[in-house]
Amino acid sequence: MAAAPKSELCLTGLTQRFGAVRAIDGVDLSIPRGSFVALVGASGSGKSTLLKTINRLVEPDEGTVLFEGEDIRATAASAVRRRIGYVFQSIGLFPHMNVAENIGIGPRLAGHPIGMERVAELLDLVELEPAHATRMPHELSGGQRQRVGVARALAGDPQLLLMDEPFGALDPVTRDALGRRVRELHERLGLTTLMVTHDMAEALLLAERVLVMAQGRIVADESPRALLAGAGGEEAQALVAVPRDQADAIAELEG
Amino acid sequence: MSEILAILVGLGDKLAAHVLLSAAAIGLGIAVALPLAVWASRSPPVARIALGFASLVQTIPALALLALFFPILLSLRAVFGEGLPTLGFLPALLALALYALLPILRNAVTAREHMAPGVLEAADGVGMTGWQKLRLVEAPLAAPYIMAGIRTAAVWTIGAATLSTTIGQASLGDPIFAGLQTQNWALVLAGCIASAALALVADLLLGTIERGFAARRKLLVWGGAALALLGIAAAGYAQLDLGKRGDTVVIGAKSFSEQYILARLIGQRLRDAGYAVEYRDGLGSAVVHDAVATGAIDISVDYTGTLWTNEMKREGNPGRDAIYRAIVAWEGDTSGIRVLGRLGFENAYALAMREDRARELGVRSLADLASRAPRLTVGGDPEFFRRPEWSAVREAYGLRFGRQRTFTPTFMYNALRSGEADVISAYTSDGRIAADRLVVLGDPKGAFPAYDALVLIAPDRAGDERLIGALEPLVGAIDVETMREANLSVDRAQNKLNPAEAARELARAIGL
Repeated sequence: MAAAPKSELCLTGLTQRFGAVRAIDGVDLSIPRGSFVALVGASGSGKSTLLKTINRLVEPDEGTVLFEGEDIRATAASAVRRRIGYVFQSIGLFPHMNVAENIGIGPRLAGHPIGMERVAELLDLVELEPAHATRMPHELSGGQRQRVGVARALAGDPQLLLMDEPFGALDPVTRDALGRRVRELHERLGLTTLMVTHDMAEALLLAERVLVMAQGRIVADESPRALLAGAGGEEAQALVAVPRDQADAIAELEG
Repeated sequence: MSEILAILVGLGDKLAAHVLLSAAAIGLGIAVALPLAVWASRSPPVARIALGFASLVQTIPALALLALFFPILLSLRAVFGEGLPTLGFLPALLALALYALLPILRNAVTAREHMAPGVLEAADGVGMTGWQKLRLVEAPLAAPYIMAGIRTAAVWTIGAATLSTTIGQASLGDPIFAGLQTQNWALVLAGCIASAALALVADLLLGTIERGFAARRKLLVWGGAALALLGIAAAGYAQLDLGKRGDTVVIGAKSFSEQYILARLIGQRLRDAGYAVEYRDGLGSAVVHDAVATGAIDISVDYTGTLWTNEMKREGNPGRDAIYRAIVAWEGDTSGIRVLGRLGFENAYALAMREDRARELGVRSLADLASRAPRLTVGGDPEFFRRPEWSAVREAYGLRFGRQRTFTPTFMYNALRSGEADVISAYTSDGRIAADRLVVLGDPKGAFPAYDALVLIAPDRAGDERLIGALEPLVGAIDVETMREANLSVDRAQNKLNPAEAARELARAIGL
């Protein structure tokens, strides 16, 4: 099946079983270039597994993933991953490499190592000082580390950015700031971004399209506005109710 | 103290051999353990099997593991041909490398298991291939732990390498074993000090490398590695120098004083005849005959009774001369060993008691002993109680001792003196029989076969007439009193001689 020309990503009939459990159960999904999509669901809903099939960290049992119109299985897994930015909750900075080496690892693997100038530019993108380049990961705060994680994901000029609970381990203030920054970078660099989160508020505020997953299926596919207006069904509305009730409760306290 | 110092100075070649053996064993251990660890990190069943095997090896006493390689290599000759060495460096290397495997493997596997999963996922996520992940992430992160494992392995290996003396590999165990045998504590201490010092130095250098890896300081890593390699190279150079001596006659000796002395006596005569000579001391009794037959050593002194029962697997006692003639013919037919001749004395197994104790119990011969045995303790060396002679004697006289205890030969005599044993297995040529006022119990039924000392020459030396000529004067030249005196001069507590000095005294006594 040919991908629609504007689709950056096209997933067809994707299924992944772990024993008797279907982690992903026949997912079809098309994501146009340039969109910011949030994938929301409870733990075990299959959202992380679905994300990882895209850069071949998980090989699905059935179905195909087309990236820029090409089946990702046509290329070696390592080569696919180098073309796709990947940010995840445990960050995974290499503890034996300094910040510059961590940021430059992807281009180095691809055979085009980057200079300090480019490192400084990437650090600037995530609002860090050039002086951070020579620090070791253990010398950084959690928020600074994840900023480096984002810079590392962007170092290879990817078109597609995959984020798996990227802000899950951060304190609320840092989380908010880094979320906004990523949204800005998404616009500025013209990325296609797919973010997995269990936090509906984050999804509503950052994304332009929210997918809700439950039991391996996509049960809702709406804009934030539509979700707030009551669309998307029972499971989606249960998730939307959480931040809304919190907001109401806070408003009441202020009242 | 100055005595120990003097011995230490003379240990240079043993030290060099020890360093080379240990380094080679650790190197081989690393070469096997690291790929195995990589494989294990990718396959849990492999990890279980590899670690299980390495732990199993670790439970085998090092001494036994070393000895086990003799029969293993002997049987491997069917595959690799007769050139495969069965004694010396090769079996020692293999056994010690097996021993070094566990700490390296376990640390490498543990390091991999404890690596943060996030870091490994990131390695995949940024697009590393399996090889890049191993080289850029797993190896550098595991390096300090692997170094710690290598450190442990090095200390173990250097310690265990002293045991390779028993399979004919020169090491710092030579002075330890020789000293233990002849109660020369200065020799024992010198060997221990040298081997402990070597272990400490190795630990220090490897520890420096480990710290260098942990702190990511290349200078420490390269500095430590360079010093360690320099030490190994120096040892190699020293051994190379020794190796240049060309055609060397290797003389084997089992682990008791008489063997050390006779080996020196033979060696001194050959040296005078222009041969380069090397000694393999402290060999296990079971290994020596095969070692001569295969040419791993060139000359040994053995005993008719030992060959008759252990090698020819014969029972009964057709008489001294008949046994000797049978052995000469059998060696010629089967192994090709040349029996040079009998030295003139007998070193038979016998049971001995303190004179006063024997008188008190009214025991003069083995026949008298039978009724008293249940109340008595018999002491023997580790080999004795498993020998066919022991069962033959027990059956012939119906001996049932109350207790049976095992001692090394030296401590056996002490046990008799202190009353911890009432009867011991003695050797008739032992100088301590006269010195300790012991009586050798008579053997009216002739249950113990004769043990005439004889000189065995390896098949490929059998035609060397110059060598034969140098040793022929020894045939029939040593009577049992002379041998006892020489043995006592080494075994006594005071004013003791070393085996080489005793050999010179012995040569003078027999007029050579």
